[in-house]
Amino acid sequence: MSHYATLVVELTILVLAIFLGVEVISKVPTLLHTPLMSGTNAIHGIVIVGAMLVAGAASPDLLTGWVGFVAMVLAAGNVVGGFVVTDRMLEMFKRREPPRREER
Amino acid sequence: MGQTTSNLLYLITIVCFVLALRFLSSPTTARHGNWVGAAGMLVAIAVTLARAGVHVGWRIPAGAAIGTVFGAVGARKVRMTAMPQMVALFNGVGGGAAALVSLAEFHRQAPAPARLHGDVAVAIVASGLIGSVSFAGSLVAFSKLQELIKGRPITYPGQKVGNLLLLGAVVAAGVAIVAGAERQWVLAALLAGALVFGVLFVLPIGGADMPVVISLLNAFTGLAAAATGFELHSNVLIVSGALVGASGTLLTTLMSRAMNRSLGNVLFGAFGTVRAGAGEAASYQGTVRSLTPEDVAIMLSYAHKVVIVPGYGMAVAQAQHAVRELADELEKKGVTVEYAIHPVAGRMPGHMNVLLAEANVPYTALKEMDEINPEFPQTDVALVIGANDVVNPAARNEPGSPIYGMPILDVDQARQVVVMKRSMATGFAGIDNPLFLDPRTGMLFGDAKDSVLAVVAAVKAL
Repeated sequence: MSHYATLVVELTILVLAIFLGVEVISKVPTLLHTPLMSGTNAIHGIVIVGAMLVAGAASPDLLTGWVGFVAMVLAAGNVVGGFVVTDRMLEMFKRREPPRREER
Repeated sequence: MGQTTSNLLYLITIVCFVLALRFLSSPTTARHGNWVGAAGMLVAIAVTLARAGVHVGWRIPAGAAIGTVFGAVGARKVRMTAMPQMVALFNGVGGGAAALVSLAEFHRQAPAPARLHGDVAVAIVASGLIGSVSFAGSLVAFSKLQELIKGRPITYPGQKVGNLLLLGAVVAAGVAIVAGAERQWVLAALLAGALVFGVLFVLPIGGADMPVVISLLNAFTGLAAAATGFELHSNVLIVSGALVGASGTLLTTLMSRAMNRSLGNVLFGAFGTVRAGAGEAASYQGTVRSLTPEDVAIMLSYAHKVVIVPGYGMAVAQAQHAVRELADELEKKGVTVEYAIHPVAGRMPGHMNVLLAEANVPYTALKEMDEINPEFPQTDVALVIGANDVVNPAARNEPGSPIYGMPILDVDQARQVVVMKRSMATGFAGIDNPLFLDPRTGMLFGDAKDSVLAVVAAVKAL
């Protein structure tokens, strides 16, 4: 595919993904807005793919090497921190009273 | 593996991310959704490791290890009350990573004899600019929430003009790069300018407007990630970035709407600064009735229905566990207890829900504004804990009030109101609250946690 044909496909994907995102996210209740924020935070950690491409370049020069390394640190922190924090939050949302209340 | 195969396998990641967001539509499935999302991320990382042209070397494992340790320790250790700053921080590092990737891509592609494709240049400029603004802005938001710097708006003369000029200069540098000025110093200047702009743009925004700012920065990081996708011709980055961008934009709109203010007003209004004239307009007649914890205990214990209205004061005092204990004691006496959650209570979207969930309050007791407002006339006691502007009836009654039109929780329609507050100081918006002078309102002054615990003790002693 020529460069600009690829671009058109990518733009199509972008626009469709935005519509999909709006559809899916408008169904998230306000109760879960904080986990939504931190969950989407984790998802944008996908820049780790870009960081890996830069950090994994063959024989990089000084700038590329260090920039790639720092980008790796930031992106990995983003991914791991994002998913762990979201899990901690979601673990807390419970439907019923915990059993200890029924014992009393 | 080649680009086509890897893009095909990245499709698994895309499906996982969309499912993760779908599962978030209900608290019963949300946690599984998060795991599905994490699995999708693992697939993306594994596929990238296997790609042709990616040499594992030392940078990828070392960087991943350091980032993982910081991310995991930070995420595990942080207290639930500090969650807004944690979210801001993770948001910022994502933006920073996107900006760095754009810097490296430019460095790699620009010196080639053929010029950069126009769209790649646009993508590099966009992800560098937006990523840097998001990185610097999130760090300022983090510092404000962590109280490393003042939460109040920081303003100075010429601020808006200065910011606009700076943004103009940064955009001009971007246009120059796209037009063919492919010098590395231009991009470096652009990134530096964008970082400074990120700092200056969040500084004048006050603490209570943080729900809007955090959502907006979230959207920015998403857009930066999507732009990175155009740079690297990676569909998974485009789709993920678009999903995050959509989510951040929706939340930003919801939060501004919940304050009845335009996004522009939140960003550039420096709300909460001293406004000439506003002070005189809002002086009310009446006396403040001060209560003791015993008074409050009696009122609550003999009520049929109590609605608790938490605000940022509850978060600051970390009173959520004490509040839960109070609700338990009251429920043992047969009192119905519910919680009224204003969309912008606290410092991020859904802040109060997370805090109360941490204290084991079942989410079925947490009521949204539209759901609880019709119930206030049948409520015996509305117990306001560290909330102010979101219960100010002036927003409903006084067209001259700066917060007029903002949807509020109608606690003034309850039979009695108890307000727990540190002092008579005004809320974030700097507006007097006529609710406090209402004859049906009693005030219990002091730290929210101490007050609630004193009431719990008094309820037990009854």
